[in-house]
Amino acid sequence: MTNDHPTSGITRVDGRLKVTGAIRYAAEYPFPGLVYGALVSSTIAKGTITGINSKAAENLPGVVAVISHLNAPKVPGYQGKGDEDGPVLKTFNDNKIYFNGQPVVLVIANTFERAKYAASQIKITYQQEKHQTNIEAGLRDTIKPWGDGSDYVRGQANAYQTAPVKIEAEYRTPIHVHNAMEPFAMTALWNGDKVTVYTKSQYIKGMQREIMSMFNLPEENVTVNSKVIGGAFGSGSPLWPYAKAALIGAKMIGKPLKVVIDRGQMFTMVGYRSPAIQKLGMGATADGKLVGITHLATGETATYEQFAEGITSTTNILYDCPNVNTQYRITKLDLSVPTYTRGPGETTGVFALESAMDELAHALNMDPLELRKKNYSERDQEENLPWSSKYLNECYEMGAAHFGWEKRNQKPGSVTKDGWLVGYGVSNGVYGAGRAPCVAKARLSADGILLIQSSTSDMGPGTATVMVKIASGIINIPVENIKFELGNSSLPAAPGEYGSMTTSSVGSAVYDVCTALNEQFNQLDGKSGTAHPDYTRILKEHNLPYVEVTHKSQGSPDAQKFSTHAYCVHFVEVNVHPTLGTVKVTRVVAALDGGKILNPITARSQVIGGAVWGIGMALMEGGVLDHRYGKYVNNSLGDYHVASNADVPQIEVLFVDKADPVTNPMGSKGIGEVTIVGFAAAVANAVFNATGKRVRDLPITPDKLV
Amino acid sequence: MKQFQYQRASTQQGVLEAISKPGTKIIAGGTNLVDHMKHGLIAPDKLVDITHLPLKGITPTKTGLHLGTLALNSVVSEDALVLQKQPLLSMALKAGASPQLRNMATVGGNMMQRTRCTYFYDTTMPCNKREPGTGCGAMEGYNRMHAIFGASAQCIAVHPSDMCVALAALDATVIVVGKKGQRHIPFTEFHRLPDDHPELDNHLAKDEMIIGVDIPDNNFAKNSYYLKVRDRQSYAFALVSVAAALDLSGGTIKKARLAMGGVAHKPWRLFEAEKFMEGKSVTEETFKQAAQIALQGAKAYEYNAFKLKLAPASIVEALKQASGLA
Repeated sequence: MTNDHPTSGITRVDGRLKVTGAIRYAAEYPFPGLVYGALVSSTIAKGTITGINSKAAENLPGVVAVISHLNAPKVPGYQGKGDEDGPVLKTFNDNKIYFNGQPVVLVIANTFERAKYAASQIKITYQQEKHQTNIEAGLRDTIKPWGDGSDYVRGQANAYQTAPVKIEAEYRTPIHVHNAMEPFAMTALWNGDKVTVYTKSQYIKGMQREIMSMFNLPEENVTVNSKVIGGAFGSGSPLWPYAKAALIGAKMIGKPLKVVIDRGQMFTMVGYRSPAIQKLGMGATADGKLVGITHLATGETATYEQFAEGITSTTNILYDCPNVNTQYRITKLDLSVPTYTRGPGETTGVFALESAMDELAHALNMDPLELRKKNYSERDQEENLPWSSKYLNECYEMGAAHFGWEKRNQKPGSVTKDGWLVGYGVSNGVYGAGRAPCVAKARLSADGILLIQSSTSDMGPGTATVMVKIASGIINIPVENIKFELGNSSLPAAPGEYGSMTTSSVGSAVYDVCTALNEQFNQLDGKSGTAHPDYTRILKEHNLPYVEVTHKSQGSPDAQKFSTHAYCVHFVEVNVHPTLGTVKVTRVVAALDGGKILNPITARSQVIGGAVWGIGMALMEGGVLDHRYGKYVNNSLGDYHVASNADVPQIEVLFVDKADPVTNPMGSKGIGEVTIVGFAAAVANAVFNATGKRVRDLPITPDKLV
Repeated sequence: MKQFQYQRASTQQGVLEAISKPGTKIIAGGTNLVDHMKHGLIAPDKLVDITHLPLKGITPTKTGLHLGTLALNSVVSEDALVLQKQPLLSMALKAGASPQLRNMATVGGNMMQRTRCTYFYDTTMPCNKREPGTGCGAMEGYNRMHAIFGASAQCIAVHPSDMCVALAALDATVIVVGKKGQRHIPFTEFHRLPDDHPELDNHLAKDEMIIGVDIPDNNFAKNSYYLKVRDRQSYAFALVSVAAALDLSGGTIKKARLAMGGVAHKPWRLFEAEKFMEGKSVTEETFKQAAQIALQGAKAYEYNAFKLKLAPASIVEALKQASGLA
């Protein structure tokens, strides 16, 4: 199915609320007596706080409290942590500084502006220690994040070196900051030992558990609300220190407290993508059959918490290759802890892998798409499993035809248009299509309304919309009568909204619960099976106000016998100015195997979103640190560039749209992450085709091409 | 934010009286001043709002065009007279900021905007411009956006404006008024180099205000071009920018005007390169030699060495575009 101008599917069920501003984001819940908190950040990267002078701040009008390790009570959940396993960040319970921009004091006042101003009047003294924030300096001092699992060998290690044609290259990717439009916010209300929070969370049940363990509370005492999210991109799962500060502060003052962090704090308080340095060695026979791939990657983590991601995992499975060895290491730096970011792990690794494939194709004088087809993998060689479904060849065919790939000139720098160099690039994106257990509850009432509930989130893709669409295929009532409620921890348990799992996991629960609901109605009607019942008649006849079913869904054990991935192939055209080095992405065709596409309108939007972020990653994004201070020097949306509208061309989206027979009853495979995974390499490859210059360190800014 | 007084001025005299007291700042569009207040760079006691003064006009004069200091950047960029007489100015304005900002920003405010050097903005970092004597964070720091011309040991920041680069090239004059009356300052002498006083961006006295800009008529309209090289295609400051204006007769350059942005503490007029081109024929070779002359004395730092290549390439490209050679 080509889907340039989709007419199928339903539009966002909450679209009107969003565009009219009627929907409430985390920081927009009013409560009587609400007070406001502003966080003071550390200005050193490593050391200890020796003193906090808050007198001036405390005397300012409207200031309610100044909270720090000096006066905060001991947090039960911090006890017994740290020491043996290394240090642990204990917000407001000790004086240790682990990174520049760490929240160290919370100032609470009766207006936001007063809190902010009072926070600026806090004076902190430090005992400073020598810090290191540069991954280049940490290359020799690394750890294995997953022990022996950090290394993988198939066949002979470094076999690429024996191949007739080989390339070796080193690639660098910078820090990527999520930079969601909506700043993080938490409003916390304590009532005795019960707490309710309003925040943004990609994993509502997980955040509930974290708060339970922080304060030693039972599940029924903690309620997490996250009805709508103004972007998260992986940053919205943990209970971050700013949120712990809000919880501690609200408990201490006994009033509803709202803490919103500012744009600069979004760089240091809520995670980011680890930078990486990657070495690739790749060798092939003269006709392009891969002999070996070696992929060595180093990422970074904090000193107080370990984060690791699957940077090299795609290399283990993407191509048919007898000899593959990969290695992943991390180095501890005096920075805040990184977290999952826009296609975590894979996006970093695939930039290197798919750039290297392009370099190898050039060395072979072979069309890079042909090289990929020649090394098509018919099964998962790492797990030794068949694919549950793989329509990557279909993506190649469909995308190449639509893009006009056959017009590509193999010789770099040979095509110009209106004084600009023109280049074509291609790259694969791959991402695991996972599924996690999920519970959903469905109630069909006498008024003909179907309400389905699950404690999932919507960080933007349109979770409720696709759930309504899935339900509408099973429950035969008008689609506008179907409601899906999410965003509250007291709803049936759902997994986190990350890793491209939501439609598969929650959608399956919706599918199953609706199917069970049909069965229930048919039973009442003295029938068996799942055929469409006449719901309102049956309720009326049995004098029932509603029928309600709760169902837990999980993948079948058979799913373990298959390896399941979604694929996205990006074809990109760039124009590069020959003397100024400016790059414009002028055309994008994205061809996807995402299994059965359940709601093309919103699926297409996800693919466009991935490409827009991909343009940013390829051409402009990068968190820059001044290592003398261990501090960001571009911590604003003016200085940290993401793509503007002017940078984004028409993005054409094509779906194979064939069901995966294994993963879930809908036949879908998650597509959130895969839409960005390979994009930056496609741009870098197109830039090479345009200019003959290979940029191996992102972003590809004019200074690297001039 | 510290509390402050707000006063709406209804006369020029009222503004001058207000700013004669320390701690008072003029506000017009506020697109940069309010940022400074939010970031804690300044904490004025009082803002005097001049947006209700009758200084918005764009009017023809005997010798050229007058821009009132309060003319909005968006209005100037689309004004029929500007487009007809000084298209270079329109191009420069449209290359700056975003439509939303241009709808608020004024001519005078654009001139008064301050550097976007990260060390200037971050109050935890050293900066001689923000706090004289604390040192220059950028000199040994992340100086990718910084100056290659006219910097001092105190400061290597650049002026961020696009509009000002065009006005410098177009021989504009700034009209300011103080208690002692009006004075006219050549645009190229309005902004200053950092020298030993990087805290001063320009030669406007503390008790003066800008009331407008005069642009003399010229023959550049047919052959002018504003080139801005930046990290994305909209809403980014210039890595380098070039305002090029040529008065051509056949294939010969009668007059040339050339100025750069993103390279110095002020809009950087390239007088010697202009002089070199006058009388020469319109060829890429002429432009390359002019670019070489323009780069004499340029000095780069750790992260902005690329500007030594990008600047001459940009000059050549802008001149090619202006002359129709491209």
